[in-house]
This record gives sequence, C-alpha cells and structure tokens, in this order.
Amino acid sequence: MIPRAFAYERPASVADAVGLLRRHGDGARVIAGGHSLLPMMKLRLAAPETLIDIGGISSLRGISDMGSHIVIGALTRHVDVAESDLVRSACPVLAQAAASIGDLQVRNRGTIGGSLAQADPHGDLPTVLLALDGEVSAEGPDGMRTIAATDLFLGLLTTSLRPDEILTGVRVPKAPKGAYVKFNRRSQDWAIVGVAAVVDGSSARIALTGVGPAPVRADAAERAFSGGNAAEAAELAAEGLDPPADSAGSADYRRHLARVLTRRALEEASSG
Amino acid sequence: MATTAEHAKGIGVAALRKEDRKFLTGRGRFVDDLKLPGMLHMAIVRSQFPHADITRIDTAAAAAMPGVTAVLTGDDLEFAAGVPCASNPTGDMVHPVRPPLAKGRVRHVGEPIAVVIAGDRYAARDAADAVEVSYAELPAALDVEAALADGAPKVHEELDSNVALVLTHRTDGVDDAFSKAEVVVEHTIRNQRLIHVPIETRGVVADWNTANDDLVVYSSTQVPHFLRTFLAIVCGVSEAKVRAIAPDVGGGFGSKLNAYAEEFIAAAASRKVGAPVKWIEERSEAMLATCHGRAQVAHMQLAATKDGKVLGMRAHYVQDYGSYLQMLTPLISQLTFLMSPGAYAIPEVDVKVTNVYTNTVPTDALRGAGRPEATHAIERMMDILARELGMSRTEVRRRNFPVEFPFTTAIGLMYDSGDYAKTLDRLLELSDDKETFERRRTEAAARGKLLGRGLSTWVEVCGFVPSDVARNALGLTPGGWESSTVRMHPTGKITVITGTSPHGQGHATSWSQIVETELGVPFDDIEVIHGDTAFAPYGLGTYGSRSVAVGGTAVHLAASKVRDKARLVAAQMLEASPDDLDFEGGAFAVKGSPDKRTTIQEVAFRAWQAFGMPEGVTPGLDETVFFDPPNCVFPFGAHGCEVEVDRETGKVEITGYIAVDDCGNVINPMIVAGQVHGGVVHGIGQALYEIAEYDSGGQLVTGTLVDYLIPSAADVPHIETHRTVTPSPTNPLGVKGIGEAGTIAASPAVVSAVCDALGVRDLDMPLQPETVWNAIQKGGAA
Amino acid sequence: MKSAVTITVNGEPRTAEVEPRTLLVHLLREHLNLTGTHVGCDTSNCGACTVWLDGEAVKSCTLLAVQANGREVTTIEGISENGDLHPMQRAFHEHHALQCGYCTPGMVMTAIKLLEANPAPTDAEIRHGLEGNLCRCTGYENIVAAVRAASGVTV
Repeated sequence: MIPRAFAYERPASVADAVGLLRRHGDGARVIAGGHSLLPMMKLRLAAPETLIDIGGISSLRGISDMGSHIVIGALTRHVDVAESDLVRSACPVLAQAAASIGDLQVRNRGTIGGSLAQADPHGDLPTVLLALDGEVSAEGPDGMRTIAATDLFLGLLTTSLRPDEILTGVRVPKAPKGAYVKFNRRSQDWAIVGVAAVVDGSSARIALTGVGPAPVRADAAERAFSGGNAAEAAELAAEGLDPPADSAGSADYRRHLARVLTRRALEEASSG
Repeated sequence: MATTAEHAKGIGVAALRKEDRKFLTGRGRFVDDLKLPGMLHMAIVRSQFPHADITRIDTAAAAAMPGVTAVLTGDDLEFAAGVPCASNPTGDMVHPVRPPLAKGRVRHVGEPIAVVIAGDRYAARDAADAVEVSYAELPAALDVEAALADGAPKVHEELDSNVALVLTHRTDGVDDAFSKAEVVVEHTIRNQRLIHVPIETRGVVADWNTANDDLVVYSSTQVPHFLRTFLAIVCGVSEAKVRAIAPDVGGGFGSKLNAYAEEFIAAAASRKVGAPVKWIEERSEAMLATCHGRAQVAHMQLAATKDGKVLGMRAHYVQDYGSYLQMLTPLISQLTFLMSPGAYAIPEVDVKVTNVYTNTVPTDALRGAGRPEATHAIERMMDILARELGMSRTEVRRRNFPVEFPFTTAIGLMYDSGDYAKTLDRLLELSDDKETFERRRTEAAARGKLLGRGLSTWVEVCGFVPSDVARNALGLTPGGWESSTVRMHPTGKITVITGTSPHGQGHATSWSQIVETELGVPFDDIEVIHGDTAFAPYGLGTYGSRSVAVGGTAVHLAASKVRDKARLVAAQMLEASPDDLDFEGGAFAVKGSPDKRTTIQEVAFRAWQAFGMPEGVTPGLDETVFFDPPNCVFPFGAHGCEVEVDRETGKVEITGYIAVDDCGNVINPMIVAGQVHGGVVHGIGQALYEIAEYDSGGQLVTGTLVDYLIPSAADVPHIETHRTVTPSPTNPLGVKGIGEAGTIAASPAVVSAVCDALGVRDLDMPLQPETVWNAIQKGGAA
Repeated sequence: MKSAVTITVNGEPRTAEVEPRTLLVHLLREHLNLTGTHVGCDTSNCGACTVWLDGEAVKSCTLLAVQANGREVTTIEGISENGDLHPMQRAFHEHHALQCGYCTPGMVMTAIKLLEANPAPTDAEIRHGLEGNLCRCTGYENIVAAVRAASGVTV
C-alpha cells in the first residue's frame, strides 16, 4: 500500500524533464497519470529513486485535427480521447479502446502516453496504435524523433524509447472503419485477449493484445482478408502466436479467442 | 399491534435506516478512523514460505530506522495461551497450539513472525521490509491430496497424520437402500477456496494502560465479547480489566467472526511499548492472512427409485482446514455434515467428513459457513438424478420434500417449520412455462447464445444456537444465547443494549422497530447500543444469521418485561388492578374508562421517582434478558436463475434471477431484501468469478483484487426478490435468519442454469469462460 | 524530504507538509482528519477512496498528494449543501443503498459524476458507470435503484 521513498521533480517543460532523466539515469521514472506506475510502487514491485512528474506540462495535452491524421498529446487522458467528437467520428477504434480502459475514475487519470510507454502485454491502446500503423513522437537530449508503432513495442513492458526520452505525442491516421473488441471476465479487468481491426476497402490491419509479451499484428489474417470475408480471414488470426497460459486462460483458449474476436472486430469494423 | 401514526415504524414496516446518515456523510467511525494520543503503528513481517523453520530473525537494521520504536518477535512478547479454537466436534479432537507470533516454525505463507512498531505507518512499513528472516525450508503439503498421500509432510508433527478429525453418521438401512435402488447416481462436487473480501480489511487499535493494566481494544470484529474473553485468556490479564469495542465495521461475512493472532499481538505490543498500537491490514495482506473459506470436496451418491424418490444418500466431504484451527474451523464442515440432506426427506444416510491440515491459510466461516457447501452438493445431485431419470428438475425435488413439520432429518436435525412446495410453486408462477422458455431458447441460439435456466431449493440452519446443542451436538465451547437490555429513561426515551454486533445488517433500525411494537414508543425515541463490552452484559455477536432470531428475540423479551413491569406501576398510578388495564398506542388505560390513562413515558418517570411503588416492584424500567433459543431456525426457499452463454467464448451472462425466500415473520422487509441481494451476489461471485489459488510453491496466486475477481455492479444481474411467510415456532417473533440464505441458494442455482444451457451433467465452479467453453467443446457428454 | 502542498479541500485551502510518496488518501485521512474517504484495497480496484479532483472522480489512493498541489479536491464531507443531504445521499438513504457503509462515500462520489455526464442513464449504463466501485454487502441492486431515482428517470 505504501511506496518506498523517492525524490520528486515536477519539470515545467519537456526539455527540463529530459534533463532530469539524463541526470538521474536508471533511478528515475516518468510519471503522468500514475495509474500504471503507482500501483506497482504501492506493491513495492517498482521503487524508483526519483519520480519525474510531467503532469504539469500542459503543452503535452490536446487533440488536434491534422487533416488526414489526428495528433494527440501524450498527457491526453483516456476520458478525453474516449469522449472527443473528433476521435469518435474519425477514428472510432481509438475512442472505443480508450473507453474500455479500467473504469471511470481510472480514465480520468490515465494518459495515452503513459499507456503506450507502459506497453502492458494486455494493454488496449498499444494494440490500437499498432492496428492503425500509428506513430509516436519522442523527445530526448538529441531532439525529437518519431517511432512507428511497429518499431515501438519490443517486448514485455518494453518499448524502444530510450531511458532519457519522453513520449510526447501520438499521431494516428483517420480510420472511420475500425473496431476494438475486448474480452475479459469482469467489466473493469484487463483484456484476456483484445483485437483491434481497421478496415480500409478490401484490406485490413489487425492487432492483438494478451497473446504474448507485446501486441502483435495478425499478418496471416491480414493477408487473407479481401473485404467481406471476415470469418475466413479470422481463422488465421492465431498463426504464429505463442500465447501465455495463466489463470485467465490457456494458450489454446487464447488462440481460439484470437480467432473469434478477430472475426467480430472485422465484422464490426466493416459495418461501421 | 396498533398501526397508528405513533407506531408507524413497528415490526413489518420498511423503515428507513437510522444508521445511514453518518455513513452517507463520511462520519462513520471505522477502526482506521480512530486516533489515540501517542498512538503508534504496527506493521507485520510474515512468512515467505509455506512450511519452514525460522533459523534467524535479524531486527537490528529495522530497529535503527527512523521513527521505529521497537521490533518484536515471538521471544519478546509473552502470551499465556495460543490462538483460540472454540470448536471440538467430538470433544476429544487435539487442538494444536498456535502461538500468535510464530515461534520456531511457520506453517503457511503469511503467518506473522515479527512486528515493527513505529511512529507512523509509512515508517513501520519501511522497517518491516528491513527485518531479515532466515528460514530452513521444509517440505510442504499444499493441498488435501498431497496432505493425505503416503509419506506426506506433517503440518503438525505431534499428530499421527494430517487428518485432523473425522465425523461419521450412518443409519442402519443405508446399505439396503443402495442395494434396493433402481438407480444410483454418483458425482464429485468441488466447492472452491474463497476469500471473503469485505471492503474494510481487518484492523485493531490496542491501548494497554500499563499504569493500571486496563486494556481497551478496538477491533473490526463481529464478536467483541468473544474477543474480550480471548484477550484475557491469551494475553494473561483479568477479563474484568479488558474492554473490547467493535466500532463501525465495514463488512465481515465471517472473516471477522474470529479471534486473530494480530489482535493478541497488537495488545501485547501495546503493553510492551506502553502506548496505543494501531494495525490496519493492507488488502494484499488480507488476501494472504485473513482466514479463507469453503475449500471442500464432496463425493456424493444418491440411491433412488425410477420415480425419483430418494432412498438413501452417501456423502463423503473432504475439508481443507489449512494449517491451524481458528476459532470455528472444525464447525464449518460439521455444519455441512449436518445439512447434507438439504431440503429433502432422505430416510437413510451414510455421511462422513474428513478434515485435513495443509500448509495454507486456515479456513473458517465464510457467509453460509458449511451450508453453501452442503446445499451446492445436494442440489447438483438432484439435478444429476433428474437428468439420469429423464425427469424434470422441479419434479424430482418436489417428490422428496418433507411435508410435515417440525421435520427431523436422518442426521438428527429438527427443521422447525417449512413449506418447500410453496416457495417452489411461487418460483414457478414467476417463471416462464416450459413452452415459452423453449421458444426463447431457440431464438437465443440463433443469436449465438445458449440459453439455460436452473434452480435451487434450499433450506439452511441458522439462528445459532441452543446452548445444549452447542455443547452436546456441536462441541462448541461457548453457548448460543443472546442478551439484551431495554432501559427506559426518566424522560421517556429508550436505550436498547444488544449483544449482537452488526456490520451492515441494520440492527439499530430493526431492534428499534421491535421495541416500538412492544412498547408503543416512537422509533426515533429509541437508541440501540452495540459492539462495546462495557455496555452489553455479554453478547455472542453477529454471524450465522442468528441476530434477529436470537438477538431480536432477546430485545423483544426484554421489552416485554419492561411493559409487564410498567403495567404494574401504571396500575398503581391509575388505582386499578393490572388485569383491568389495556395497553395500546403506548399507553395504559382502564378497561371501559379510556380517559383514565397514563402513557408509558409517564410510567417511566414515575418508576424513576419510585415513590409509592407497588409491593415488590423495584425502581426504574430496566430489564435484561438472556435468551437461549430452544432450537435453531430453518429458513428455506427456491431460487431460479436464467443465463445466456456465448457459445463462442463460454462467457456466462445471468439474464434473470428470482429469489423466493421464507424467513418467517419479517421485522423490516427492506433490510431483508437487501440481505438477499447481497447474499445472492456473493453466491454469484463464487459461481462465476472467485477462486483462491496457491501455486506449487505455496504462494497465493490470487493475492490482490486484480486477480481475485469480486464482481462489480456491471458483472451481476438485477435480482428479483419475493417472500412467503411461514413463521418459526422457535421464538415469539416467529422470525428466522436471512443473511446467508442468498449465498446458500445462489451458487447451485447458477450452476444448474449453465448446465442446462450446455446440456451437461455438472461443471466445477467458478464457471470461468474457458471452463464453460471447454465443456461446450466436449459436446455435453460429461 | 518533505515539502508543503496546498490543496483546496471542500472549498478551503489546506496546507500540509508531506513526503513525495504520501498518497492523497492519506493526506486527507491523516493530515486533514477527513476520514470519510476510505481505503479498501491496494491495487486501485475498489473505488472506496473516490474523491473529486477539479470536479472529476478519481481514486485518491492512486494519486500522490503532491500531484494534487494547487488543485481542488472534494470529499464526501464536502458535498452536503447547507447541512442538507445531497440528492444522491438522500436517494441512497431512501433506497437502502448502503449496509455497512464502508464503500458508500466512494460510491456516492462516483454516482454523482456518473449522472452529471449522463443525466438519464439506463440501468446498464449505471452499472457500467459504477464498475470501479466494489461493494460486498448490497449486491448493487439498491444502489442502482438509488442512482436511477436520483436521475429522476422512472422505470
């Protein structure tokens, strides 16, 4: 219940935050909404020496219409993504996924940047980013760079963000036909398996969560999809998967869910 | 009983609760809200291993940390006795001693080894991490199977094996019944280990005043008087110097029906450091260290005619006790044993319980305490029998209901009153007929859903317990009576002191209603005090759905005595004979001369003044009653459940739930319905979501609320409640208990429905999606 | 290393010396003696600790006091109007939507915000909106009825 002691910094700018990360190295962690990090610290599974609270950097908040794309600041909360008229109409899969996270109170604090940087193996937003072929912007001591979703999620709770980089924003293409289907036992739970599907004419991009250490694209299913053949394509959703087994589900069940939920996501996305 | 405006909130009225305002406005006083001057905080160092010898405890680093007052181990604290167990079903069961702080050996992960006392809880927690414990690991028996295997490591070395206790009961004709039977069905039913999860964890504030050796302990407990008595015994202090107080308690469900090591440790620590000590359990600590519940397997057989008449039952229950006996550990499976025939008149039985120690957290009472296990097992068997015979599940039950009450079962329990066909009929009236349901089943299938419905017809034993039964039949140390004082003040207000100890059940409201009915004093003029051993003469607390049947009756009887005495005083005041007075609307009046009247408030004032009292009548209106019930009470009912199962994922959604319950007369129907709602959802939790699991290293895998799934509002259905009324002859109010009924009835009703949806024989709880999906894949052949 | 935080709590500016790791719920309960907000778990599941931060429902066990510096917090003690019960508190009372009372403050705080965002919810929407507030006593039946009544929607 009680975290170990730490020093606390509240930088006013991204540059300051990056400077602090450089200075404190391994012993520092960035905190935004805190709903991934604080629970771990309270169970003493994480014990950073310094917390760098970027919550006050207001430039990192906001949703902008960039024509073919939407840009979302890293500190934008799940509730704001879920309720944004722009996101709901232009990229509904993202709004749907954000609305499914945790509960009302959690969505009032959790941020898109935090969620992506955390890269939880059951996370919803990393999956959607992958299905959208989105990208993130990151700022480090050498300046800004963009990282494609396909290059971002490396493994269990691991991204390609460098230790002295801050994820500053998210850029996703507008994708009117998309759906996120999340399977869990209780309403507030993490996904056991979740599928994000984005349909564009006769092609689809499909990403899955809960089936490995990081979200993955269902390449075989994507290749098989030709528009309107959701069931056929979904049969291949579990190709190449090596899902974990735990009390929430066996590997076989997860493969099965991958197929079922992929079909449902494709059908829902196609009808959108 | 008059129903004037003055009696607006008497028995039977859905009176809104007195308790609410403080809780709604955040002004409850739960144990963590208490702050005493100079209070220190305690954090506990707990065993990391399921079975080990402690070779070394190094407290130096912890003791040197900022804010730390002391670090104490089993060598530093003196206890006169071990953690108490008040249940000995056979009278000769060996009770292994459990020191409150482990000395030498630990027997489950989470057992307390050392404590840190510090100025604030943050410092205490930090220092607890710095205590270094070295262990010599021992082989552990992590489940019943392992504990019963040849060469199993012994949880208690002084015992011959890990079998703690065996109970048997066999009627003479049972073998005959099985050989004569036209059909025999057999099945093993698992009742999984559960964790209570009251939203408030345990907590204690112990204040040992070393100047005069008075001890005051505030504890989130269901049993403050038992706690007081056990504190005296375990901590070696005069019981007259101990005061135990249950402040507001945030739920119990049996988890706080106990006397825990932590309570004794906090008291002893307070004495040692000379300051009040507070310990508040963290949730992951609670999952690990508060007693668990259920953890029972039932091997069942029914012998029947092909018309569905059950001739005999064989039941062998195997209970996991965990590593130690807590206060009522042996009682739980004993209650399963006693309620094994359920709502059925089964003439011949062969019942056995084998109780086994394992290196896990001890098990004890969890809402229903042994009766959900019995009901779940017999209800599954009735469904299985119906399936075997091709009979309807309702018909096979009906055919076996007892008809004449009181009814004594083959085990020897006398069910006080009942009409099981009545509640079943009511349930059927409220449910779709077969044709309609089958039409809906077909329609649901087109949507990819398997529709099913199920039921349970249940009876349970509660209103614990006649003291003779406690001693002779159950082997309990304490009796089962309850006390109440009803005291009318000079200004006409009433204080009711009850020995019950509510933690959500609304006794302040319900007992006020009883007294309003008895004495005609308005509900708002009555205050109910509970939970403080300084006030109640002695109370046995709240658990086992006993409070209204035993405690409410005590209140009623005390109020009656007040009225009877008031009548004598009123007669003196009115210069009439006591027999010539009517009592109505809170006033005594001379029969035939209604203008010659005096209110009971006026009588109270006169009794306080005490001049010219009738011969032999003492001053005041203050009566105390100890009520020992002549029998337990047996509420009953029929619950129906409808489910839709997603055939592709196995996910179960309950689409309808109807509870028809009979708890006799009812004091407050709103409170009764609330108890049913909560009980049913607790049973649904067991049926669909909850299981406490250990891994192969003895570590609790389901150690937080992320992994142990208690349902939210979004995960459970609307619960429809109905009642019939068959009064109990056991007490003057005609009431039975209801607090556990929902839990007892719900898990079998849900499983019955899902089995119906899938067309399978049985499924193990919890009905997780994968479990259900696997059964669908198997094609219903199980 | 302690620092001072100033938070407007129930309309009053309050200052306290806290460690960075002091959880907001502990600031409220221990430093400010506002014990109506409760702790029920340690993994942000139960919602007993729900308060409003700048008018939005959050779990105060999953916030550092320092993160609330300079902001407004409303607790259960702050929602009564002139000593009268808030309509949601009244609805809970009238519908027997509490038993032991421990989850109640958090439940009420969430329920009020639920209705602000969705003034005429269906029962399913009420249940979904309360998914972050666990109760073990009531089975939620009367809580849903209370929120429905408070919304003015008749069934």
